[in-house]
Amino acid sequence: MPLPSLVGGQAPDALHVQRLENPIADHTLGLGADGLRHPPLPATPRTDPSLGLPKIISMAPPEESAVELDGLVKRYGAATAVNGLSFRAGLGAVTALLGPNGAGKTTTIEICEGFRRADAGTVRVLGLDPHRDARALKPRVGVMPQSGGVPGTARAAEFLRLVAAFHARPLDPAALLARLGLTEHARTPFRRLSGGQQQRLSLAVAIVGRPELVFLDEPTTGLDPQARHATWELIEGLRAAGVSVVLTTHHMEEAERLADQVVIVDRGQVVAQGSPAELTGAERQLRFRARPGLGLDELLAALPAGSAAKESPAGHYLVEGDVRPELLATVTAWCASHGVLTEDLRIERRTLEDVFLELTGRELRS
Amino acid sequence: MTTDSAARLDLTPAPGAVPLPRMILAQTGYELRTMLRNGEQLLLTMIIPVVLLTLFSATSLLDLGPGRRVDFIAPGILALAVMSTAFTGQAIGTGFERRYGVLKRLGATPLPRTGLIAAKTLTVIAVEALQAVVISAVALALGWQPHGNPLAVVALILLGTAAFSGFGLLMAGTLRAEATLAAANFVYILLLAVGGVVFPLDEFPSGVRSALELLPISALADGLRQVLQHGAALPGEPLLVLAAWAVAGLALAARFFKWE
Repeated sequence: MPLPSLVGGQAPDALHVQRLENPIADHTLGLGADGLRHPPLPATPRTDPSLGLPKIISMAPPEESAVELDGLVKRYGAATAVNGLSFRAGLGAVTALLGPNGAGKTTTIEICEGFRRADAGTVRVLGLDPHRDARALKPRVGVMPQSGGVPGTARAAEFLRLVAAFHARPLDPAALLARLGLTEHARTPFRRLSGGQQQRLSLAVAIVGRPELVFLDEPTTGLDPQARHATWELIEGLRAAGVSVVLTTHHMEEAERLADQVVIVDRGQVVAQGSPAELTGAERQLRFRARPGLGLDELLAALPAGSAAKESPAGHYLVEGDVRPELLATVTAWCASHGVLTEDLRIERRTLEDVFLELTGRELRS
Repeated sequence: MTTDSAARLDLTPAPGAVPLPRMILAQTGYELRTMLRNGEQLLLTMIIPVVLLTLFSATSLLDLGPGRRVDFIAPGILALAVMSTAFTGQAIGTGFERRYGVLKRLGATPLPRTGLIAAKTLTVIAVEALQAVVISAVALALGWQPHGNPLAVVALILLGTAAFSGFGLLMAGTLRAEATLAAANFVYILLLAVGGVVFPLDEFPSGVRSALELLPISALADGLRQVLQHGAALPGEPLLVLAAWAVAGLALAARFFKWE
């Protein structure tokens, strides 16, 4: 289903984020493929070619990034799971990979973990090669797979103690179980734990060795609200302690709350990246409900140039543009002159979910 | 909830692995504990061998030729015990670990794959030692009088373990877990029936018999009987047969084992 088109004003893809339709050509200027000005992203510093300065070649020390991917490609037979994906996850930061099912998030993470080999491109994890330097990397990196990985018959504390025993200075397994609310399940076999308890144990196993970097593949999927908040607090605790975190998620709320950097992935490519604030932009929008079928062309004529208005679904109106007090006054005055009583009138920032859906489309993916 | 200990959690990175031998010991201890807790494994490794030993030694259900019955049965049961642990138990256990992503997950820890294989081997040997103690105790109570060189017995059991482990891991690392479960149990019952464990191979026609003697279970049972029943010093042919199976099994497992 195509995105409902806006009446007048901006094209639906006029986002205040860097769109990487063509990841190379689009990388240098504030002008996007849509011809609109886009603010440069502070996360990717670059020189302005108009200044005539020589192009600065990055001589960053290898440890500046926790993860550095460049032109990553991974095919499974005829299907391309990852198609030239590049991003950097900052050291000591939380980086969220956001994308629809099948976007290539798990494949990307598994390449970083050394479980899969890329068909092309380079991978650096803590400055090292996940395959060649596996022996050196394993103690420094914690991994939480999407599901499973613990024997069904193993008791929760038993498996956690086993992995702790591989490490020189592990966390106290009992304290970690307590922190995640699993103390009373310490002796429960893994297969008898609920899905949420299994997830939390899996997270505990990933961090018990006090790693510098953790990969968490959908850490809160299937958790109830309490468990999700406990997990978020633990991830925030990791970040505060200087641990680099790379996680995948479907939850916009999770990415907005936790991530320093959000990388939106679709069809194996990065379609946008930046901090949640950069991605959602400073732009505000005005929403209200009223009777369906208002004459939006007429309203638009009364609004400043560059504004946009649409009705979707019926009776729900959205006005985008330079939302100032005058615009609000214009809208309410126009409504008053047409005898329209608005309900739920509010001014809000775009959410990450808005950005995500605009970038990745609204159609359901299999 | 113990918020006190939770508050003390220091998440500051402090990575580092312990030396490999300590990792292997930790993994071995863990595998032993889970195996000894597992009812099906105990049935396979302890209960079935002891029941067969008692049943066929104490009754005259089978014609075992001259000599005391237990002297013939006990070495066969020791061979069966080795097969149940090194082949059947290991194939099924490892097959399901692969299926549930345990091997993959352990692959993300500092424990290297060689360390995991070493731990599994040590676990198998420890369980076999336990089986040998229990089976010998029951056999001695039934009047068993073993002969021969204990070192020859150890050599036979270690070679047999290598042969059965190779094929157990080959199965676990290539088939689906359910297929491994079915096939490993089928092979166990088949070899129990035709491998000279409790039914003497003399009963089979001579052509069939010479083929059956090349099976690893027959070689192990026959070798153990040559030593323990007849006091042979070092049974050459069984050792050769077992060595060939061990080389083939381990080489195939190393070549075809898929970790996920």
